[in-house]
This record gives sequence, C-alpha cells and structure tokens, in this order.
Amino acid sequence: MLESLPLLSLILFSPLIGVLILLFVPKHKRKPLQTIAILTTLIPLVLGAMLLLQFDGVNSSVQMEEELKWIQPLTYFNYHFAYQLGVDGISLPLILLTAFIATAAAFASVFIKKRWKLFFILLLLLETGIFGVFMARDLLLFFIFFEFTLVPMFFLIGIWGEKRRERAANYYLIYNGLGSAIMFIVFMMLIFTVGYDISTSSYTSSFDVIKSNALDPSVFKFDFEELKTWMFVLLLIAFGIKLPMFPFHTWVVKVHREAPPAVVMIHSGILLKMGAYGLIRFGYEIFPEQAVEWATVLAVIGVINFLYGALLALMQNELRSILAYSSISHMGIVLMGLAAGNALGMQGAVFQLISHGLISALLFLIVGSIAERTRTTALPELGGLAQRMPFLSGVFLFAGLASLGLPALSGFVAEFMSFAGLFEQMPVLAAIGSIGIVLAAVYMLRAVLAITFGNLHAQHQSLKDVRMMEAIPMVALTAVIIVLGVYPALLTSIVEQGMAFYVMVKGG
Amino acid sequence: MDTRLFAADLLDMLPELTLFIAIIIISLLDLFWPKNASKKGIGVLTLIALIVSAGFLIYQRIHLDGVISLLNDSYLVYHYGILFKLIVLLGVSLIVMMSFGAIRDKDIPHIGEYYVLLMPAALGAMIMASSADIITLFIGLELLSISSYILVALRKHHTKSNEAAFKYIVLGSIASAFILYGMSFLYGMGGSTNLFQIGATLQSLESSFHPMIYVSFFLLLVGFGFKLAAAPFHTWAPEVYSAAPTPVVSFLAVISKAAMLIFMFMFLPVYFVPLDPVQNLTIYSDVVLTLHVVAAISMIVGNIVALMQKNVKRLLAFSSIANAGYFLVVLSTDRPGELVYYLVAYLLMTIGIFAVVTALENSAEHQDISIFSGLYFTAPVTAVMTVILLLSLAGIPLTMGFLGKFFILLGVIQVKTYWLAAIMIVSSVISFYYYFRIIRLMFMRSHSEHTTIKVPVTTMIVIAICVVATIFFAFFPQYMLSFIEWT
Repeated sequence: MLESLPLLSLILFSPLIGVLILLFVPKHKRKPLQTIAILTTLIPLVLGAMLLLQFDGVNSSVQMEEELKWIQPLTYFNYHFAYQLGVDGISLPLILLTAFIATAAAFASVFIKKRWKLFFILLLLLETGIFGVFMARDLLLFFIFFEFTLVPMFFLIGIWGEKRRERAANYYLIYNGLGSAIMFIVFMMLIFTVGYDISTSSYTSSFDVIKSNALDPSVFKFDFEELKTWMFVLLLIAFGIKLPMFPFHTWVVKVHREAPPAVVMIHSGILLKMGAYGLIRFGYEIFPEQAVEWATVLAVIGVINFLYGALLALMQNELRSILAYSSISHMGIVLMGLAAGNALGMQGAVFQLISHGLISALLFLIVGSIAERTRTTALPELGGLAQRMPFLSGVFLFAGLASLGLPALSGFVAEFMSFAGLFEQMPVLAAIGSIGIVLAAVYMLRAVLAITFGNLHAQHQSLKDVRMMEAIPMVALTAVIIVLGVYPALLTSIVEQGMAFYVMVKGG
Repeated sequence: MDTRLFAADLLDMLPELTLFIAIIIISLLDLFWPKNASKKGIGVLTLIALIVSAGFLIYQRIHLDGVISLLNDSYLVYHYGILFKLIVLLGVSLIVMMSFGAIRDKDIPHIGEYYVLLMPAALGAMIMASSADIITLFIGLELLSISSYILVALRKHHTKSNEAAFKYIVLGSIASAFILYGMSFLYGMGGSTNLFQIGATLQSLESSFHPMIYVSFFLLLVGFGFKLAAAPFHTWAPEVYSAAPTPVVSFLAVISKAAMLIFMFMFLPVYFVPLDPVQNLTIYSDVVLTLHVVAAISMIVGNIVALMQKNVKRLLAFSSIANAGYFLVVLSTDRPGELVYYLVAYLLMTIGIFAVVTALENSAEHQDISIFSGLYFTAPVTAVMTVILLLSLAGIPLTMGFLGKFFILLGVIQVKTYWLAAIMIVSSVISFYYYFRIIRLMFMRSHSEHTTIKVPVTTMIVIAICVVATIFFAFFPQYMLSFIEWT
C-alpha cells in the first residue's frame, strides 16, 4: 500500500499544509506559530526517511516517478508540458538535506524577533520551492520552482535582514534573475533542438525525452550540433551564478552578510546547491561531451574559487564575511570534483554539496546564537566566549574543524574524494588547489580562536549559553556530520546510483 | 459576391448593435437623470449593456461556423475577431466596475458622460475587430480615438490634465493621419479597400512598386507605434497616463492596445507575403525585422526608464511601453493563440494594478509611488493581491504573466531570433527591480502616509477577479488555450 503513495508530491506539498494552518493563527503569538512551523517541517523529514527506505540503490533508473499532464498539444499550439517528478541518487540526498536543514532553520527561527507569521509562511513556501527544484524531471517545471524560490527569499532577506538588507535583497533578485534568464533561454533552445517527442508529435520540455534525444545519435536534431557548445557554456554561466562561481560571486557575500542566520542556513546550506545540482543534471547529463571538453576550464575556475575564497576569508574581520568567502571556497571543491569527471571526483562533488550544506548550516546557526547575544559578529569585538558559553564554543570549534576538513568528519571525505579524483586527471591543478586546504585551516581556526578564546569583553560578562531550541539542531547537525565522516558509504552508495549515467557515457 | 445587406444579416451584428442602441438610450437617460441622484445608475446600465453585448458574442461564438462576411468583408465575424471583442468587453466591464469607486464628483464634473463615452470607445474597438476593409477599420479606430480624447480630458478643472489631453489630441490626430496616408498607398497599389484583395494584388506587383510598399508600411508603423505606445513613439504615454483619471488610463493601456493589436493583426498579413521569389526580394523579412527593432527599443526603453520613475502612473506607463514591445514580438511571430493568451494576462494584471492605484491615490490624494508604503500593515489582503499582480507583470512563475511571456519566447526561439529573445528576457529581469520596488514599499516600509485605506467593495471585486484569474489560468492554461483554438 505504501508503494502506491505519491511520496514525492506529498513531500513537495506538505509544507503548504503548514502555510494554510499558519494563516489562521493570530500573528502576535510567537510560540504557536513556531511550533506549527517546526512540526510542519518534520512531515517532509519523516516522509523523506520513508523515501530513503523505498529507494533502490541497485536499480540505476530514476525512481518514484510521477507524471500528470499539464499542457497538451493543440492544432497550432504544438507543445506539451507535464508535471513530472522523480528521484535518483543525486537528487535524493539533496531532498533529504533540504528537509533536514529546513527543520533546523525552523528551530533557529528563535532569532527572529518580528513578524513571525509572515516569516514562517515564507520559509515553508521556500521549502516547497526547493523540493520542487530537486524533484522536477521536466525543464519547465524545474525552472518554475527555481525561479519561484526567488520570491520568498527576497522577502526573507529584505524584511528580517541586517542594516543593508534591502540592497542585499535586490542584489539577490537581479543576479539570480539574470542567471535563471540565461538558463531559460538554453532550456527553450533545448526544447526546439532536441525536445521533439515523436510519440505525441509535439515539442516537450520533458527531461527524459530531451536527454535521450540529445544522446541518441540516430535521432535527427535541428541545429543541436552547432548550438550545443553555446548551450553548455550558457548553462555553466547560469548555474555558475547560483553556485557561485568566480567571478559571479559578489551577491553571495552580500546575502551571507545581510540575511538573517536562519535564512542563510537555507541559502548557504541548500540554495547554493541548486546551482551545482543544475550543472550536473542539465550540463553533465545532456552534454557529456562538452563537459569533458570544458573540464580544464571548470577545474581552473574551481581552483580559483577555492584559493580566492580562502584568501579573502583570511582577510575578513567579521565572522559572516569569513563564512561567506568560505562558502565560495568550498564550492570550488565541488567544481574541481566535477571537473575531474571520474566516478571518484563526481561523487566527491556531490558529497561536498551535502557536507557543506550541513556544516555551513551549523556554522550559521552558531552565528545566529552569537549575534543574538552580543549583537555583533565582528572579530575584534568578540573574544573569550568559551568562558560564558562553553557548549556553543565547543560546537563552534567542532564546526570549524569539520569545515577545514578534519579527518573522520564529513568535510574531509568530500575534500579527499574530490582532490583524489582531480589528481588522477589533472595533477598540477590539484596540487595548486591543495594549498587552499592549508588556508582553510588558518582562516577557520583564526575565527574560532578569536571568538572563543582570549579575553572576554566587559559587556559580555552576563551572556548565557544556548537554549534548548538552539541546542537541538546543533546536536542533530553535529551528529550527521560525524556519521557521514565515519561511515561515508551511507551516502556514497546512494550517490553512486545517480552517477551511473555519467560513468556509462564516458566509458562507452 | 453579395454586397447587399438584408435585415436578417443584422442579427450577425447584434453585439455591436446592442452597444450602439445602448449608447443612444443611456445618453438620453443621462439628460433626464435626477440632478441629485447618484450617477452610478448610469454606470450600472452601461455595465448591463456591455454584458448583454458579451452574451450575444458568446452565442455567436458557440454557433460560429466558418467566417460570416457581410458587405464585401466590411463586416466580418470570425474566430479571433470574436475573441478580441470578448476581451475588449471583459476589459471595459472591469473598468466600469473599477470606476464606481474611483470616479468622484469633485474631480470629474460629468460622470454620466464618462460612463456613456466608454461605450462608443468599446464599440470602436469592436468594429476594428470585425472588419477586413480599411475604411471600416479606420472608422473603428477613429471612434475609439475620439472617445478616448474626450475621456482623457474629463478632468476639466485640472490644468495638467487639460494640457495632457491637448497633447494627446494633437499627437493622436497626427498618428491617425499617418495611418490614413499609409492606407492611401495601399489603396493606390491594391486598387481596393479590401485587405484580402490588397494582399493578393501586392503579391503580383512589379518590382518598381516595392518602394511604395515600404513607404506604406513605415507610415502605418508610425501610426501603429503611437497608438500602441511603442518606443520611439511613446512620449505621450507617461504624460497622459499621469494626468488622466486612472480608470481612463487603464482603458488606454488595455483596450486601446488590444484594439491596435487586432488592427495590426489584420494589416500585417498584407505585408507578410514574399514578393518576387525569383529575385529573392522579400518584404516579409524586412517587415519582421522592423517590428523586432521597434519591439526591442520598446522593451529596453520601457523597462529602463521605468526604473527612475517616482510617479506610480508614469511607472505603469513605462511598464505598458515595455509590454507594447512584448506584443510586437508576438505579432511578428504571427501566432494569434499566444497573442490572445498574453493579452488576457496583460489585461488582468494591468487592470488589477490600476484598480489598486485608484483606491490608494484616492486616500492619499497624490500619485507618488510612496502611496504603496506600508500597505501590508494597513490592508494586508490588498497588499498580497497586489504582490501577485506585480509578480505577474514581472513574469515570475505561477502567474499568467510568466506563461504568457514563456509562450511568446518559445515562438521567438523557434524562429531562431535569439538576440530578440535575449533582449526580451534580460529586460524582463530589469523590470524585476521596479516591480519589486513596489513590493518593498508595501512590506518593508512603515505606513507614514495614511492610517486607514478604504478599498471600495467594487474595486475589491475587480482586484479579486484579476488575481484569481491570473492564478487560475496559470495553473490551468489548457482551458484558455483550448478555448482560443476551439473551432
């Protein structure tokens, strides 16, 4: 009976139940609002666990597929678009990550001090949008969800952020709007070059049709050969903006600095992953040859991202900025892993997506706790917090170590796999890149030490350690980071299933 | 070909005749209307006349079988014509409803005339949608234009408004003259006033006539561009939009535009014929390129200049200039289905947003964009609905505006005009900035201006209809698309 449930749709729309309930709760009652929000985020988490159990890691096809006809072809209007969902080994971990981090962010919303009702409604809408991005098996549907996430994020940054929040919200909107505009053009080009579905004799945006047409040499393709390099490069830019890829990273720094910590947890933890996910799904799956051709460029950009982010992180005197550049740096590892193009590197890249999602969510949870108590995140104004907040400082040290890639934590596994993959293909670039690992240790430890050790400032004498609401997500995130670090096969066995497509294409 | 008109043929003209009779009756009634009674009664009668006319149209649509042609194509009943007329009537009905709460005595001394004048304007637009004869088309255009000149000038005691109305009349007449001049070339070459015959004759013309064809096209284009408010013929729009009564502005932005679109939809096929395939001279490609260039200029100018506007009606004027660009794009791809879908989307979001503006400017007594400040705190429901309308205008998914732009873009990408698609999509992203600026004002600013905002019930109904339809047809576009193609 359980098998017949449309599990993906349930996960996708379950946050909306919370939205409906929240609409009828008085807006000044903070406690019930947050309780409802947390409980709502638990639904997809539980359903996600069921999804994981039902997932067949051996079967390399797309699973749990659901399809509903949406727009059907007419005489002149010769397109058909469908509501089509499915998961594979790449999207499943990201869906679980989304459910998990959304719950953590709902807990972390204790830091939100005003307009809770609207906040939680937007947070849940955002969650639905992100689920949709990772589940969609149709280009149009993917784009709809991808673009839709802009709206709740715009509000979340613009209303609850720091001083220059509205500027950051605009930056976010315009940069991502441009990125998705480029992506949209490529999608439409794909519809007309390889989107002709013979079974319905109409154009479609179905990912399966487009992929099989693009990869099948016997299918006639209009202009596909001439355009495919263009399309790949444009996709690289479009998703590069989201990723963020050097030089399109400035907006990420602004959002990290200005958005409220609970939102940055989602932004840095999940939203950035949509860029890498899109690159794998559409860039690598539809254009495997171009991915190989452009691997060196990708690797170079990856190395630049990694080193540039690390160097700039080293120069910051403000915790949020350090973490922002650290995010950029860590996304460089994803690019390097993807550039390697072998099974190890690709798995490392996806592993890094998950690992960085968890670690940066944890770090920003800590930022929220610190900022709420001290009202600052500038390093010179902080120090000695370990004396008053031993628990928080302990978790912070742990998160810092995880971020710099300490063995037995998830960050290490991801970095190791990505670098090992790249060494196999481009040893020189990998060697240059590995300098960044040292830099990461320096900037992370510098930040952690400056904040937790040293002299406690006079005005911070009366600080209290974390509350239950903050401790729960901290412990949960910590636990997952350790589990994945100690037993990475838990994740790699799933990711392997999703990588089958690529290894197959390259091998054949 | 039968060129006589029989009494039975009048039945085919019922939608127009209904309005025509209603204009006479209601304008006479207005004369004898009790001095101290509310003129809203006239508005209600107008609304009824519009709905009856729309009822006849729907009846006609259900029983339509092929094309009905009267008086040598002077009067045509055809598939897309009926759709356009329905759109016009829907738009005018919404505008009349919006006017109940927006048109006030102290601003407009002659409210009765206001409602009555909306009908000949609508009738003009309907005539434009039901003819293939250039004389009849021009009469429809002038009926629409002259009615809207008066409508724009209705704020008699408002200096700015009078100035704008005067400019509108002068420039509008010049545009009409350009159209008429362009038509005269067509008549000269085609030897007929019937567009189908002109089209057929143009195809067989010797190449020495080709410059004349270009001349007639460019003359017409100037006129079209003006009436459509497409850049670089748009300069009147911001001024007129900011000075005219807001319901009239929404009429100009939606109904005038829709009427011009059907007008161009009838005229452009005349030029869409490849001439002289031997010498490979195709006017078709030049015409399409010209349309693309004007469309590109409109989209760029509209969306960039809108960024700097402080007056909300001027801002919407530039938004409508940008939309004129999108319409020109879809006209050039000659895809009526997509044109109708986006036109309905545009109608709903534009009338909806103007309805919000009427309520706000009446409480604030000015038109600065700050009237939106803190709207979420004073009128949360209205604010959320405004957000949906703005998202539709910006082209964010889950709204009709998004799907409409998507369909237009598909048509452009299919004919491989990538540069135009790029301009269209990038200028849409630029437009995010000013649409979201209004959203920012509503949600992220305090309400310094006014403490309470009264949105009249009728205005609220108009906004709600627009919002619900915008979302409904975004989730279920199939209903509208199949209705458009239903034969």
